[in-house]
Amino acid sequence: MSELLAQAHKILERVEGSEHIEVFLSSGSDTEIEAYQGKIEKFSSATSAGVGIRILQESEGGARIGTAWAGSLDEDAVATALREARDNARYASLDEYVTFARPDGVAAVELQLSDPSVASTPLDEKIAMAIDLEKAVRSADPRIRQVDSAGYTDYISEAALASTFGVSASYARTGAYLSVVAIATDGSSDQTGWGSSVGRSPRDLDGDVATRDAVRRATRMLGAVKPTSMKTTAVFDPRTSATLLAIIGSALSGEAVVRGRSFFAERLGEVVAAQCVSLVDDPTDVRHFAASPFDGEGLACRRNVLIENGQLRGFVYDTVSARRAGTRSTGSALRGGIAGSPSAGCRALQLASGAQTQEEIFRALGDGIFVESLTGVHSGVNPISGDFSVGITGLMIRNGEIAEPIREVTVASTLQRMLQDVVMVGNDVEWLPGSAAGQSLAIAGISVSGS
Amino acid sequence: MHSLESVTRGFLENVLGVAMARGGDFAEVFVEDRTTSSAMLDQRRVEELSSGRDRGAGIRVVVGETTGFAHTADLSERGLIAAAEAAASVARRGGGGVVEVRLGEQRNYESLASIAPQDVEKSRKIAMLKHADDVARSTGAAISQVQVGVGDSSRHFVVANSEGVYASDHQVRTRFNVQCVALGDSGMQTGYRPIAGTRGFEILTDEKIAEAARGAAQQALTKLRARPAPSGDLPVVLAGGTGGILFHEACGHGLEADAILKQASVYAGKVGELVASPLVTLVDDGTVSGEWGYLAIDDEGRPSSRNVLIENGVLTDYMWDFLQARKDGRSSSGNGRRQSYQHLPMVRMTNTYLLEGSESADEIIAQTPRGVYVAQLGGGQVNTTTGDFVFGMTAAFMIEDGKITTPLRDCNLIGNGPDVLKRVDAVANDFSMTPGTCGKDGQQVPVGTGQATMRLTGVTIGGTAG
Repeated sequence: MSELLAQAHKILERVEGSEHIEVFLSSGSDTEIEAYQGKIEKFSSATSAGVGIRILQESEGGARIGTAWAGSLDEDAVATALREARDNARYASLDEYVTFARPDGVAAVELQLSDPSVASTPLDEKIAMAIDLEKAVRSADPRIRQVDSAGYTDYISEAALASTFGVSASYARTGAYLSVVAIATDGSSDQTGWGSSVGRSPRDLDGDVATRDAVRRATRMLGAVKPTSMKTTAVFDPRTSATLLAIIGSALSGEAVVRGRSFFAERLGEVVAAQCVSLVDDPTDVRHFAASPFDGEGLACRRNVLIENGQLRGFVYDTVSARRAGTRSTGSALRGGIAGSPSAGCRALQLASGAQTQEEIFRALGDGIFVESLTGVHSGVNPISGDFSVGITGLMIRNGEIAEPIREVTVASTLQRMLQDVVMVGNDVEWLPGSAAGQSLAIAGISVSGS
Repeated sequence: MHSLESVTRGFLENVLGVAMARGGDFAEVFVEDRTTSSAMLDQRRVEELSSGRDRGAGIRVVVGETTGFAHTADLSERGLIAAAEAAASVARRGGGGVVEVRLGEQRNYESLASIAPQDVEKSRKIAMLKHADDVARSTGAAISQVQVGVGDSSRHFVVANSEGVYASDHQVRTRFNVQCVALGDSGMQTGYRPIAGTRGFEILTDEKIAEAARGAAQQALTKLRARPAPSGDLPVVLAGGTGGILFHEACGHGLEADAILKQASVYAGKVGELVASPLVTLVDDGTVSGEWGYLAIDDEGRPSSRNVLIENGVLTDYMWDFLQARKDGRSSSGNGRRQSYQHLPMVRMTNTYLLEGSESADEIIAQTPRGVYVAQLGGGQVNTTTGDFVFGMTAAFMIEDGKITTPLRDCNLIGNGPDVLKRVDAVANDFSMTPGTCGKDGQQVPVGTGQATMRLTGVTIGGTAG
């Protein structure tokens, strides 16, 4: 048992009367380096730890939960959190479905999510990676006039969860990133381009990939114009398609469904997407950066099929939303840190790979638009109604090839329509941070608003 | 009851001395103790009450162009000295001797709250949630769901630096929001209203709560009749209060000195130039008492101030924090803010608004033959380098023959900051402000935005209808 998990069990001993306690502990450290003009601009190193406590008080006809948290594992912080959570529980409504997770016999998959080289790599090497990245981008192309930010970040984190129902889970995770934003100019106007490399340790990182992507994105957007309004097929690149999948994933949350806040509600078994769309949420796939052995309630994560050949096959549930829906948890509780309560959601979405490369998709389409970045996603997409309208930058596709860059343009449809209108899925799966992997995705019937 | 009493002058001077010992040019200690509480009602159930507490210290050391930063939750002198040493590790030229730091006179500021959150009974907060739920549901039979939340935070902090600044503040913020879903033949539609202020529970009167609940419900109900928004360029009339965020995104971020000094803003090198319609006077003002972006002092200990950014269309100044101001050899404008002790301060807006004009809102609408009336804008996003921005319209209507007609489904509008500033052709006299949350480099801070009803001659509407 890890030290952190032992500490969680220690807190459970303070249970009072017939109540139940769930304790979530997290601890970690991170390093952040930003380079500018060949020097370190910012260096930050920090450790943090915290506790989230939930108290369950059962009585005739249901139960109540109260929550409290503290950004410290000090004794007085834990004692205050226990006292506050207990008091908060008294004021919640009695709810017949509310409870904590019980161990369900599903064994957790062993996943290697941490790499000791995050801790063992000398700081000077990490600093050099950030400085080299900044230099490489600056000197890659004469049109690059500035590097807005270039940095290296890594973290080591551990989480432990235990409850008086017998749940006991912990795991460690490490991660490292390089990211850079380049500014290119053609003398009259500027464009930005972003590049990154992600891994579980500094050894996994490739500064050349980050450099190439940032420089290519910035320089090929130079001279971008506002296109005329049209209805066309859009090819979303892996990064933007991952964003789309994550939004669709939020409507596949059993919680959104039981609360009547999903356009998928009542549609189980129906064809909701094109035949080529098969979507799973699989946190047990170690290639996914969000892979995890346990969910936010300490149950084993598992592979859940959501859409198969266009047919809606299932939703993801945590314990309470599953009870409301008359089913069992799918091990899909998410938890936004110590201050968050568990709620059902997708963690590691993956679309079944198609057969074509991105170039083959362009050639098959002939004409369309290629979407390289999305803006205004949080304001322009309504996962309840399905309305979709976001700003994009990208390039025209003409005669099967990339043509002139476009900007100051929006693309619009509804999420329902877009799923039905998927015409091709690429074979270029990219593992990205966030809740979805991405690949090139061609969607027809998109309204493009330009001039 | 906060734990900052132990953080005394001598203690801070010692920590700063350690931070400067390796040859730093500047060092700062920021100690914070924040308690928060929230309660939520959903589907008529009080789902969750949560309480939280976060306290700790962040220390930064500046050497030349380099900033070192470390934070700790250990508020003992030993804990802070360890963090000071970690932050100072970027400074390698110093000999490790003793550096004496002397703090100036301490300036203390108090919160504006007359009803402190911790003095409000939890049962009273729940009664407020239920009141909003009742009002929203009674607004229309099609209201199928109501979600109501109330939250507050009480934030004490002390900031001291090697130049002698020594200040403390207590900021209390209170927030209440209502979200409604209406269900009709056309599917589900949503409505949303917030109430928020840098004050206590005195802002949450029963009348205010009822007004927010009715507003959110009415918005969802109205949108049941909505048709798809048009696609393409149209004149846009922004309702008073809601459009300020457009200027926050479209030009505010580009006027932050960090973007300027890195030449990553379209407004770099343009002070003194005409950058907007002469109707535009844009101000960032941390002193607007009780507004969501109000500050007595910023998170670097600098008193907030009213800064005119654009005056009658002419760019007059940028916004500055300590570090950017130091690079430029001037003083901070009181815009150094941080999400918490775990974050470095940077240039951030406070309350950003356009001064009102003299026309009447009704006349502006009447003089618009065809266009879009935006009653509520949602969030937005901007690329400061290109100036391109996007905004969500969460309540909008067609304007036909000078009259507000059909409601429109949610969609984005898109434009370019420098371009849209020149397209302001009418400003009314009905100024009001709206609370919001601004995100930058992963840090969230509360901000206010404001403006009077105004018209833009043309903005691209990202709908699906022709």
